[in-house]
Amino acid sequence: MRTGAKCVVDAIRDAGVKTVFGLPGGTVLDIFAELYHAPFEFFLVRHEQGATHMADGYARATGKPGCCIVTSGPGATNAVTGLATANMDGIPMVCISGQVPSSMIGNDAFQEADTVGITRAVTKHNYLVRRTDDIPAIIAEAFQIAKSGRPGPVLVDIPKDVQRGKTEATFSGTVNRRGMKPIYEGQPRQIAKLAKAMNSARKPVILAGGGVIAGGASAELTALARKAKIPVTTTLMGIGGFPDTDPLALRMPGMHGSVAANSAISECDLIISVGARFDDRVTGKISEFAPHAIKAHIDIDPSAISKSVVVDLPVIGHVKPVLRELIKLIEPADRREWLARCRKWCTESPFAYDAKETQLLPQFVIEKISEVTRGDAIIVTDVGQHQMWAAHFYQYTKPRTFISSGGLGTMGFGLPAAIGAQAACRNRNVVTIAGDGSIQMNFQELVVAVEHDLPITVVILNNGYLGMVRQWQEMFYRKEYSAVRLAQNDRARNEKIAERPPAYLPDFVKLAEAHGAVGMRVTRKNEVTSALRKSFAIRRPVVVECIVKPDENVYPMVPPGASLTEMLQSIA
Amino acid sequence: MNSNNQHIRKHIITALVENQPGVLARIVGLISGRGYNIESLNVGPTQDSTVSRLTMLVPGDDRVLEQVTKQLDKLVDVIKVTDLTRETFLNRECILVRVAATRKTRSEIIELADVFGCQVIAVRANSMVLQLVGEQDIVTDFLELMKPFRILDVSRSGVIAMASE
Ligand SMILES: Cc1ncc(C[n+]2csc(CCOP(=O)(O)OP(=O)(O)O)c2C)c(N)n1
Repeated sequence: MRTGAKCVVDAIRDAGVKTVFGLPGGTVLDIFAELYHAPFEFFLVRHEQGATHMADGYARATGKPGCCIVTSGPGATNAVTGLATANMDGIPMVCISGQVPSSMIGNDAFQEADTVGITRAVTKHNYLVRRTDDIPAIIAEAFQIAKSGRPGPVLVDIPKDVQRGKTEATFSGTVNRRGMKPIYEGQPRQIAKLAKAMNSARKPVILAGGGVIAGGASAELTALARKAKIPVTTTLMGIGGFPDTDPLALRMPGMHGSVAANSAISECDLIISVGARFDDRVTGKISEFAPHAIKAHIDIDPSAISKSVVVDLPVIGHVKPVLRELIKLIEPADRREWLARCRKWCTESPFAYDAKETQLLPQFVIEKISEVTRGDAIIVTDVGQHQMWAAHFYQYTKPRTFISSGGLGTMGFGLPAAIGAQAACRNRNVVTIAGDGSIQMNFQELVVAVEHDLPITVVILNNGYLGMVRQWQEMFYRKEYSAVRLAQNDRARNEKIAERPPAYLPDFVKLAEAHGAVGMRVTRKNEVTSALRKSFAIRRPVVVECIVKPDENVYPMVPPGASLTEMLQSIA
Repeated sequence: MNSNNQHIRKHIITALVENQPGVLARIVGLISGRGYNIESLNVGPTQDSTVSRLTMLVPGDDRVLEQVTKQLDKLVDVIKVTDLTRETFLNRECILVRVAATRKTRSEIIELADVFGCQVIAVRANSMVLQLVGEQDIVTDFLELMKPFRILDVSRSGVIAMASE
């Protein structure tokens, strides 16, 4: 006989999990009592959102499901943002939440929340477990669902009495749900049609998305692109799926995409999405997206096909086997003219900034991170301008080296996700690139890195603004800077607070030190490289605050709702 | 190659789902989350007690509903979804309707009811209750015809449907 709580911990172990993130509370005391004896490394977070992002970062760095445990009520509601973040980006994760005893559900009991109701729309699947006997099978199934098809987060809500109950039940064997029917191999007929279109295209482009990373198919993608001589643009989620250093690389498309990627998309006669879902940040104005192109889409998720862009050649299947089949059917083609045109865009209009600027620029810092780590670090970003610059100015060559909240755009993701990634990959350099706004959303988790001796480097690009919003206000809202100034000077009239504000608020160096980490402040260009070198040499958690030019903007920019050809390179 | 033409019409979507709590909420949430109204909804067991059949009538744009159907199919608890509007299908609806009926109008109502194969299941001094099972269009027509007599109450089962073969 085992208790439900013991079943939970055993099932997590049987799923191959070695690292668990979470924070206890009344309704999960039984599970934590079992965890005390369990063979896991447990990361005690300081806020449940941190636990979900850590599990997420762990999953993004490894491809294996992350696991977190939270208590009922506020514990579960705090986890919602992290579940939604993982759900949007298709990240495998299992979150176990406690629930009030079955008999009290619906009575507004202390710390009760309708967790399955609240999380239904932000999870791939969720369960309210009613019987102790069901726990072993449900948790095994939860991990299976999280990993299968388009991966995603699964929540298992377990009432306290169900955890305390006893059972003989075990689960072994395979999960077989009739409602789960991921299609692995693509249909040969669909693949053949696509191959034919590729062979006859004169100006094809591959749009590689998160599916390439999730499907572990970057080697196949690279082989296909090189054999077929087709240039590749990688979406934010696809970064690392194709080496930025390859002559066929067009870099990122979309709102802050490269001239090369957006021009190639706008001129191409065939666009092949490989696991990219034609997100609105990628397509710009849908009706003018790739207007001359036949549109093909390879995706494991049938519901992704023709969701926004109407697709002419769909292939439903796992990208890896589909690409393998395509490689066989592709004939080398002479596309010298098209490739030369693409190269020209790349060399004439690369991502660029003003190299003569004497003030420290955020782009410069990221370029230095790329140099110092030789493109071999795991870069984890927060959300904002710095996220786009991290995509532009670092050269990625391997999958799972760029980790970012793409779909939901969750500020506060970066630090905890980096902790999760570093927990999984102890020997890698893991660097968070954060803004001064985003980092304050989950700064408390830095202590977790200190406690577990995780040598993450947190680079804060401090521009004193919620920069991305400031950029929109500058460009589209008459330069009326409302509620975006984080520094204390130059604020809107109704936002003044202190009479004599401190120079730095917060003082990130002191804040880092207060959390047990090393803090450094960089204000000049010539200090950047040595600070970065030092931060990697220390092998402890380090915060490197870079005071950067406050009003730098991200370019190119396609204004919202405009076509990809309407790229702004500066403010008109 | 993009078409933004909207084709709004009524879709009859039927799904075989696990007979489990939470399934209905998930399905309804997916549809209502897009601001679509479910005009009618019917759920009942099938020959397999672990499986329920759900039939929904949802007016909406063809393309959006195609996407909704695919998303429903993705749900772990959904075994199979079909948008019957894309095939030939049989449909029926059952209604109970209470109409005002005086001694003067009663026979006229019964005559009309007969034409539709409708049963009278209760008669009171000032009203009567009729039951009709039929294709949804016919049921709707019948209700139209009852309007002049003053409909006091209607209960409709919602459409149920099945592919012709
Ligand atoms: C949780 C959350 N709240 C609000 C936003 C909207 N938002 C997007 S970018 C941004 C500014 C980010 O500022 P910062 O982290 O300082 O980065 P910067 O843009 O200055 O590089 C905001 C507020 C968001 N993405 N996430």
